[in-house]
Formats: sequence, structure tokens, C-alpha cells
Amino acid sequence: MTKQEIRETVLRVLGQIAPEADLSQIQSNLRIRDQLDIDSMDLLNWVIGLHKELKVDIPESDYPRLATLDGCIDYLASRQELQ
Amino acid sequence: MPQLGADMSAGKLQGWRKQIGDCVQRGDIIAIVETDKADIEIEVFTTGVIEKFLVQPGERVPVGTVLAIIREEGKPLEAGVSRIATVTAPQPILAALAAPAPSTTMSAARTAAGESRLHISPAARKVAAELGVDPFALTGTGPGGRITLEDVQRAAKAKPVPPAAEAPLDRQARIRQAIAAAMARSKREIPHYYLSTTIDMSRAMAWLIQENLKHAVEDRLVYGVLLLKAVALALRDAPELNSIWTGGKATPVREIHVGVAISLRGGGLVAPALHHTDRQSLDELMKTFRDLVQRARAGSLRSSELGDPTITVTSLGEQGVETVFGIIYPPQVALVGFGKVVERPWSVEGQVVSRPLITATLSADHRVSDGHRGGLFLAGVDRRLQEPEKL
Repeated sequence: MTKQEIRETVLRVLGQIAPEADLSQIQSNLRIRDQLDIDSMDLLNWVIGLHKELKVDIPESDYPRLATLDGCIDYLASRQELQ
Repeated sequence: MPQLGADMSAGKLQGWRKQIGDCVQRGDIIAIVETDKADIEIEVFTTGVIEKFLVQPGERVPVGTVLAIIREEGKPLEAGVSRIATVTAPQPILAALAAPAPSTTMSAARTAAGESRLHISPAARKVAAELGVDPFALTGTGPGGRITLEDVQRAAKAKPVPPAAEAPLDRQARIRQAIAAAMARSKREIPHYYLSTTIDMSRAMAWLIQENLKHAVEDRLVYGVLLLKAVALALRDAPELNSIWTGGKATPVREIHVGVAISLRGGGLVAPALHHTDRQSLDELMKTFRDLVQRARAGSLRSSELGDPTITVTSLGEQGVETVFGIIYPPQVALVGFGKVVERPWSVEGQVVSRPLITATLSADHRVSDGHRGGLFLAGVDRRLQEPEKL
């Protein structure tokens, strides 16, 4: 899967969790949590959604690497390569 | 129309989920009701056959209005009639909250009292409904005091045009209004006292990390579940905090149904119950909690979840808050607040070490409990969080 495809998947899953959010306004290099009103339950649902769509394991200790959109895409791409 | 929380004065019937003649069992969903805060699934509390619907979809009726009649199984017609109606009588404060009542509200409220007493022609009734005129407010000039078409048209002309400001409130504004009424009542009636304690979360957080390594991603726990369970277990030793204030006195409730404050997207909050919080395992509680959050935000809660909470827990740590000074949600008599987990210096056996700490607060009703008992309760929450494996 290309980085662009990963990006589209990440945003689609995020859109299911925060349906009111305007995802086109998200800045890739800033913390997603600061830009969208999401809590730890949303974060968990997002991770579950990414796991289902991309078939990658995301250990809890790696959650900080999902903080920004850029970081998240890089991390998921590297996880896909590993698996 | 059941009262689904202290801030509800009326509800709009969205639709029936059963039909006349259907057999229903306790717990079945019979209807969907739209309240100021969410669309709620209304459960049946009896077993029998639906005899009659008294309120039609689209009608907004006050709390206490009889919605339907159910004939209980194996009982003669008169003795076995059960009504889907009031759970709690409307409270005086709620009357002030009620939005200007549309005519349908008044008519529906009186349907159960006997519509046959209203003398009105079918044509006049139809026009009254179209023009938003309440026929019960009219004096008929027809034969025998019958309300005529002219009476209705005259009343419609005389009716002042409502200013734009009185247009129906959108969902967001109604949520705000409902919260305002409940919170104002709480501050007016409940003499709050507040206690605070700092809890070392290192054991709980370390245990959680280890536990989550064993779980599949969809079964992972969030630390909030540990807090909820610790509160529920500590409440077993503090029954006066797990009480409901009705009729000028507090009544302890045997079941512990922790209401969990869930913020809604776009503003406002609901605090539905996690039933039997103290008896659920952490895994069960996590599953129920996740489901509850999703349904609360999607606007599909059940009547028992909104009517049952015996205490509320609110956690604002996610927003960076360190200490919560909560307002009790009547008729409950206590609220527990949690701030964020912060890494801070902490003294352990004479050594200053860095530890993840959380501030737990209790807002409690001084008519029901005292600071001493409240303090023991918070100490009980702390103690349980030091033994996470026993939660």
C-alpha cells in the first residue's frame, strides 16, 4: 500500500470516529488530538479501525507515534513493511 | 412518558417499535423517544399484550403522559392493565424549563384524561391542528358549547405571531437549556461540600500496560475503566453516597449504577448508567463502556441507562484538567471527578521519586453525608487503585 493510500485510510477511519470534523483542514505536522476533539476512547477506536483496515498490529507503547498525521503514515508504512 | 433524567420535562415520540396486539416482554424496546439530549429507546417494564397506543409518532408530550396500555398476561382486562407511563413525577423545577408548549403537547397531555369531553367537529379539529390552535383552550359557541370551525379560525387570528426568538430551539440549544435547568436546581437546592485527594497511579498504570499486552487490540482497557470500578467498589462501603434524594430525604440504592459523563461532539454531555458497575469484570466493563460511549455520541441510548444512575463519575483529564469541582446531578447526592494523570515528585518511604499522580475529588450533598464519610470513601478509592489486580 502506498503512503497516499495509507493516508486516505487513516483519514477515512478518523472520519468515522469524528464525523463532524473537517478532515481537509488537518495540518499534517501538528498533533491530531490538538486539532480534533478526540479522547482516549476515540483513540482506541481509531487504532482498532486501523488494525482492521491495514492488518497491522499497533502496540500500546507505539501510540505516541500516531500523534501527527505525517508521523502516523510513516509509522504505519514501516509496520506494513515489517509484517 | 418516562423521565429520563432530572433535566427532562417532555419528550417527543419518534415512533413505535411494536404494533397493537404484539406480545412484549420486560426489557423489550417498545418506542423511540426524542429528548432534548438524545434519541432514547424506551423499554417495557412488564410482560403482556399491547392494547392501545395513546400517543402518536411526532407528538411531544410532558413527562408523566400515558403513552400506551398493555394488558398483562393471564390477568382479567381491568386488573391486568399496565400503562407505559410515568417513572417519576415531573418536578417543579422542570416546569420552568418547559419550552413554550405547542398545542399538540397540551392536547396529548389531556388525551388520557378523556378526549370525549371535548365537543368539536372533525373539520374544526383538523383545522385547529393545522393552525396550531389548542382546542382545549377554546370556548365553543356552537350548539351545546360545541367548538365550531369559526371558533378555531377566530382563535387562530387572535393568536399572537411568535417572535423569531421563540422559534423551535435546535438540538444544541435544547441540550444547553436542559443542563442549565438541572445544574441551576442542583446549586440552588444542594448544599455541596468538596473533598480532594491525590492518588499514586503507578501500580495501576504499570498493571494496565502488562494487562493490555495480553489483550487483542479490540479488548484493550483504558485507565478510566479502572477508575470507574474502584469508585463502584468503594461505594459498597459508603451507601449514603449511592443514594437518591426524593421527597425530602435520601434513600440509599442497593444497586450501584455509576453514571459516566460523556461529552457529546459539538457540545453538551450525557451521563448514562453502567449498570451494576461493581459486579462487572474490567473486561465486561470496558465492553459496556465502549458501547455506551458510541451509542451516546450516536444518540441511541436506552431509557434505563438515563434513568438509573445512582452517582456520576466525570473525568476531565483528557482536556488537561488537573482537578474537577463537580456539580451534583439531581436527584443523585454525589459526584466523583478525576483530573489528568501527571508525572510529579512524590515521597515514598522518605525518598522523593517521580510518580504518575491523579487528583480525585468528591462533590457530595451535605444533607446526606459528612466530610468524614466522604474522606473515607475517597481513601477507599485510593486503596483499590493500589491493588489493580483485585479490581
